Amino acid sequence: MTRHVPALSRRALLAYGAGAAGTAALIGASRPVRAQAPVTLVNVSYDPTRELYRFLNEAFARHWREKTGQQVTIRTSHGGSGRQARSVIDGLEADVVTLALGGDIDAIVENGGKIAPNWQSRLPNNASPYTSTIVLLVRKGNPKRIRDWDDLVKPGISVITPNPKTSGGARWNYLAAWAYELARSNGDAAKAKDFIAALFKNVPVLDTGARGATTTFVQRNLGDVLIAWENEAYLSVQEFGADKFDIITPSLSILAEPPVAVVDQVVDKRGTRAVAQAYLEFLYTPEAQKIIARNFYRPINPEAADPADIARFPQLKLVTIDQQFGGWGKAHKEHFADGASFDQIYRPGAATR
Amino acid sequence: MTAAALPALGLPRRRPSALPGFGPTLGFALAYLSLIVLIPLSVLVWRASGLGVSGLVAVAASPRVRAALETSFYLSLAAAALNAVAGLVVAWVLTRYRFPGRAILDAMVDLPFALPTAVAGIALAAIYATNGWVGALVNDLFGIRIAFTPSGIFVALVFIGLPFVVRTVQPVLADLDREVEEASATLGASRAQTILRVILPALVPAVLTGFALAFARAVGEYGSVIFIAGNMPFVSEIAPLLIIVQLEEFNYVGATAIAVVMLAISFTSLLAINLVQAWCLRRYGHV
Repeated sequence: MTRHVPALSRRALLAYGAGAAGTAALIGASRPVRAQAPVTLVNVSYDPTRELYRFLNEAFARHWREKTGQQVTIRTSHGGSGRQARSVIDGLEADVVTLALGGDIDAIVENGGKIAPNWQSRLPNNASPYTSTIVLLVRKGNPKRIRDWDDLVKPGISVITPNPKTSGGARWNYLAAWAYELARSNGDAAKAKDFIAALFKNVPVLDTGARGATTTFVQRNLGDVLIAWENEAYLSVQEFGADKFDIITPSLSILAEPPVAVVDQVVDKRGTRAVAQAYLEFLYTPEAQKIIARNFYRPINPEAADPADIARFPQLKLVTIDQQFGGWGKAHKEHFADGASFDQIYRPGAATR
Repeated sequence: MTAAALPALGLPRRRPSALPGFGPTLGFALAYLSLIVLIPLSVLVWRASGLGVSGLVAVAASPRVRAALETSFYLSLAAAALNAVAGLVVAWVLTRYRFPGRAILDAMVDLPFALPTAVAGIALAAIYATNGWVGALVNDLFGIRIAFTPSGIFVALVFIGLPFVVRTVQPVLADLDREVEEASATLGASRAQTILRVILPALVPAVLTGFALAFARAVGEYGSVIFIAGNMPFVSEIAPLLIIVQLEEFNYVGATAIAVVMLAISFTSLLAINLVQAWCLRRYGHV
């Protein structure tokens, strides 16, 4: 493609554009803007954020109307993180994605390039406005006396966790257990591998998603312990009564950083970049951080949250995916890709019955 | 294509049929089938063709895929076989007897068609889990777990396959002349002989059709199975789940490879069933 516009005049145009935008912003600040046409945003998210985004969307719509006078409706879709990423790759028009792990957003970058490669540096804190971790949910009174990860490999303990091949949450679970054994054995990867193999020997069912695993544990009454997102564990307790389950926080777990990103190709096509960007930036504001903490996600700015909400989160040692596993790309290759460490647990005839 | 164009293609000229409209209807049928069936399936094969035949064989032979394929096909066969027998009995009851509630029972047969498969799967898992009422009963009496084992997959496949056999056998049974049965009785045949030598042979092609449909559907079933299977590798993992896993990896070629292997096995099985059917028709005359 040839460029007919000389660079200089392009720059001039850009400057003019920026100036115009600035003027508009000034006018906007000085008097209420005339109502613009309502806009819709599509947020493609993962499974356990249903409740969280319901509240965040309401708050943002209110905030945006006060700021610009424009009415914004946000539709959020939920599902397994990997599957949601694939829908976006296959053409689902999402303005923003808010997924369970960076690897899924990287996949959107690599398959079709709908998101710019530098997405993780465009927002604070690795583009994660909230974090979570992995905890253990046990039956009320903890009849099997489960205190920490090493209790999960004991004979006779039945562990429920979803399939890491199909569930983002399950990958966090897997890596948290791996990191625990690595720490305990002073970095012996072979020991960590045996530990994971022993743990999965105790898993009678591999559900395809985090919500499915929760259902198996909570409603089908299967298993002694569920490895779960911290927010899912709290939701289960809230939903089914504190008289049924206890949450056990292990001595060490992994810091899950669910990232968010604007889908560049879609917002440029639909002309929604400004509002999509504002939506994601809003997630970092004190107002949103407060909502985040109330919905059992750990805010990155705890000062903004209600102290009572913060008090619910026990302190524990947290490793990060970048420090411990060298980022998602490497972790995926070593653990979850075809024939990697997870596949090696299951060999012909290795299944226990 | 018109009849006039046929000789030009070196095809023998058809004798004009008594029923007009062969050309347009054949044209429509071919175009429609291409659009709905052939083109999507050829895209599938084309996408997997990057692997070549040796690659496909390697995919099918990898232990985990093989175990899943065996699980899927054997359990589908078993479920379709049970449905062939049970469906025949259900169809018999619904066509031969009049009783209160028959219409409701008849409508219930179609439920597995109408339910979203995920709903069916969740319902089945709830009933057959060790804390569900059927699951608890079976577990107490025989010490057998159904949900989250291969038996659970079998139950789900039986559930979704039932309507196929019932609906293919019903019209044939309804059309069966009572006189034939009466004639066989007056000639001194016992009731059992009449059923075995008069009624069943007439029903075999319809039962086989229903069996083939139930089998084909069961092989590709995902939604209702996934909630009750347990999905343990080498034990209760079905082939469609492995396709989903490959898709999660963004490995489209691997996914289509498994799909093509499944397609080939399904097609071969259906062809075999059709040949048996043709043989039955020759053996027992037209139905």
